[in-house]
Amino acid sequence: MTDTILEMRSIYKEFPGVKALQDVSISVERGSVHAICGENGAGKSTLMKVLSGVYPHGSFEGDILLDGEPVEFRSIGDSEGAGIAIIHQELALSPYLSIAENIYLGNEKQRAGFIDWNATNLEAAKLLQQVGLQENPITKIADIGVGKQQLVEIAKALSKDVKLLILDEPTAALNDSDSEHLLDLIRSLRDQGMTAIIISHKLNEIKAIADRVTILRDGHTIETLEMGDRDASEDRIIKGMVGRDVDHRFPDHASHIGGELLRVENWTVHHPLDRERKVVDDANIVVNEGEIVGIAGLMGAGRTELAMSLFGRSYGTNISGRVYKRGVPISVSTVPKAIANGIAYSTEDRKKYGLNLIDTIQRNISIAALDKLVSWFAFVSEAKERIVADGYRRTMNIKAPGVGVLTGKLSGGNQQKVVLSKWMYSDPDVLILDEPTRGIDVGAKYEIYTIIDRLADQGKGVIVISSELPELLGICDRIYTLSAGRITANVPRAEATAEHLMQFMTKEREKTRA
Amino acid sequence: MKPLTSAINYLAGQLRQVGLFIALIVIVVFFQITTGGITLAPINVSNLVVQNSYILILAVGMVMVIIAGHIDLSVGSVVAFIGAVAGVMIGKWHMPWLLAIVLCLVLGALVGAWQGFWIAYFGIPAFIVTLAGMLAFRGAAEIVLGNEQISFFPKGFRAIGSGFLPTFGSTGYEPLTMVLGLLTALAILVLSLRQRVVRRRYELEDEPLWWFVVKLVFMVALVLIVTVLLASYDGTPIVLIILGLLVVGYTVVMSRTVFGRHIYAIGGNLAAAHLSGIKTQRVTFLLFINMGVISAIAGLVFTAGLNLASPSAGDGFELDAISAVFIGGAAVTGGIGTVPGAIVGGLIIGVLNNGMSILGIDSDVQQLIKGLVLLAAVAFDVYNKRRSTGR
Repeated sequence: MTDTILEMRSIYKEFPGVKALQDVSISVERGSVHAICGENGAGKSTLMKVLSGVYPHGSFEGDILLDGEPVEFRSIGDSEGAGIAIIHQELALSPYLSIAENIYLGNEKQRAGFIDWNATNLEAAKLLQQVGLQENPITKIADIGVGKQQLVEIAKALSKDVKLLILDEPTAALNDSDSEHLLDLIRSLRDQGMTAIIISHKLNEIKAIADRVTILRDGHTIETLEMGDRDASEDRIIKGMVGRDVDHRFPDHASHIGGELLRVENWTVHHPLDRERKVVDDANIVVNEGEIVGIAGLMGAGRTELAMSLFGRSYGTNISGRVYKRGVPISVSTVPKAIANGIAYSTEDRKKYGLNLIDTIQRNISIAALDKLVSWFAFVSEAKERIVADGYRRTMNIKAPGVGVLTGKLSGGNQQKVVLSKWMYSDPDVLILDEPTRGIDVGAKYEIYTIIDRLADQGKGVIVISSELPELLGICDRIYTLSAGRITANVPRAEATAEHLMQFMTKEREKTRA
Repeated sequence: MKPLTSAINYLAGQLRQVGLFIALIVIVVFFQITTGGITLAPINVSNLVVQNSYILILAVGMVMVIIAGHIDLSVGSVVAFIGAVAGVMIGKWHMPWLLAIVLCLVLGALVGAWQGFWIAYFGIPAFIVTLAGMLAFRGAAEIVLGNEQISFFPKGFRAIGSGFLPTFGSTGYEPLTMVLGLLTALAILVLSLRQRVVRRRYELEDEPLWWFVVKLVFMVALVLIVTVLLASYDGTPIVLIILGLLVVGYTVVMSRTVFGRHIYAIGGNLAAAHLSGIKTQRVTFLLFINMGVISAIAGLVFTAGLNLASPSAGDGFELDAISAVFIGGAAVTGGIGTVPGAIVGGLIIGVLNNGMSILGIDSDVQQLIKGLVLLAAVAFDVYNKRRSTGR
């Protein structure tokens, strides 16, 4: 009884310098829920972009067969025409249009060139009933929560006679009851004959609704498991997701850990828009002098939110908790105060939040500590600035002809070094590095690790946030795991394994409380 | 590489800067020929300076606002409002004019603080706040003046707009102006050399020597020519001194001070500036206070120059000032621009206005041409940027 709706055979996809997918094959049965799981960067999203035509036919190798027929999608429009709908993690709804308008956006119900509002709202109401959303179709998207918006996306997909629905991390931004409802809906759609592919790294979720699961790791298919089988255990899936060798990609380093440097107590942060939702929930963190502390968490676990809320309340509302440095309470309520108290935060998105891309390396390095360059009155000494910047260019090995080069022209790794230089020059006690090696090639990664080690050797506390478990295992002395905004474990390096961490990263709130 | 090709390559890299000066020279030469020598006649040069001074003063403040990624549409109305208040204080209440000037500058700061508050701390886009200010302060000017115009200001006050420094000697070249001009030229020479020496010592300098010399000769020659022309007429206009001080002062602020750096950082990437510990709201607030004070200076100069406080004063000044800034190479998205650039941009507009008026071109045609010049300048910028990033 193998009725295959979709088959992807030997898909290869390369980006400059990265082999994103290598010989990935997957076959999906009609009327089933097929989960694809893997770590961040394993190739899940790339695979779905290949399938939906975001990467047009010809930009990758391999075959796609839909209902047994080979297909060549050149755009998203092509794949939608063939009955494939993809719902992305970031919802693609227009906030100030109504639910009905969004459902039929780009696909308007019209009569003689004018929108047929009666048909639009009537049909929309039917679709809303189908997905179990009790809202008036004329309600604006901005007025309903994220969970309901997700359902609107599904209703939109259903309006296009979809036979294969792809959901990319559908519950990442949802609370428990909304997630439950969404999973129920997917189940009932399946029972009506719909096929769904769900991308997720939440194991409990996969166990709850998937019929089969395909595990990807580093762009390879590891295996496909029948969820009914006895050997499709949680452990096996985790092992499949993380089971890569940790080879010599990290410098040897022995930390000299001193006294307590930073202590964060009962840190709670609420979502800036959805004020009821706790993004960080009662977190307690300690960082010692000379220690490299990792924070591991999956996407949406609240890692960046935790860091940015600590750094001058740059994220979130209704923040509560206390911060101590060397046992003395300090205020981090604004960015200047956080910096003055010796905290630095290097962002995960350096182009958006880290650099002034239309200004020079020199001026980017000095900007967080310009006061140190004032020679008299309020005048910045350019000569001193040049010497400082040139010093960092040499010690950090920033590859550029001079420090007068615009940062926008540098490669990712060199941009990251400029951001790190900026914070090193502000001479902090604690550095929070958010995804310090994202989008950087292997060689530059090693250099960044060396810099992190050097900072720790100077007695600074370094917090490293990373999606890559091997990276954390390779450089950290201690690792906190974060799941749904809560710290679920505090593991010394000696005891940490990827499997162990992954268990805590996917741990549910109830279990933590018990 | 051959010296000539390397020289050309260097100039190509400086295309925007070089182009701006070339454009100014071409326009001046063009009008000098078509007007039969009137453009560079001493009396006209003197007029050019006086008549464009308020636009140039406004451009100095506007370029800072635009570098920070904002805009100020209210400056023309603030000019009228401050002029009206000065008119009432001096013309009706017979207040000492120096006191009135001080009060007007304070009032300008308050106007700026009012707008800055809504922009910086309340988060309303500057476009909206200053559009509201444009309407409101025009209305306020009319209310203050009660639908009349005030004229006949004391001579001392009028001098800041239309007066000249005291003159000595009666024939030929006025000595004080000549001395001031020579001192200015000397100052430019000495400071440029000193800066080059210091910058070379710290390897900050990558400008070739020949280009440094060309620029220096050009600047010194410009100063001397203007000096001779002014000296053979009535001497140094007082507004030129005011303008000169503002230009030098704010050039230093923007290029050398922490405050200036913060403005560039905010305009270049607001989020990154915030996360680098810059008090972005405070900087924005101060920036608009500064714009208010500069608008007040322009308002005082304009009222004094015309010897008239009128509710319709300063109509459209905001657009001339904004045009000057963009012709001068500032980026619409913020983060890029210089005070000298804005001044050259303002001069281009000024010479265009003046030349076309002498030629008797209709004002509607003048508008059309100015519009096209602005579009051409920005299009050139965008083209230039694409070319350099495309490589």
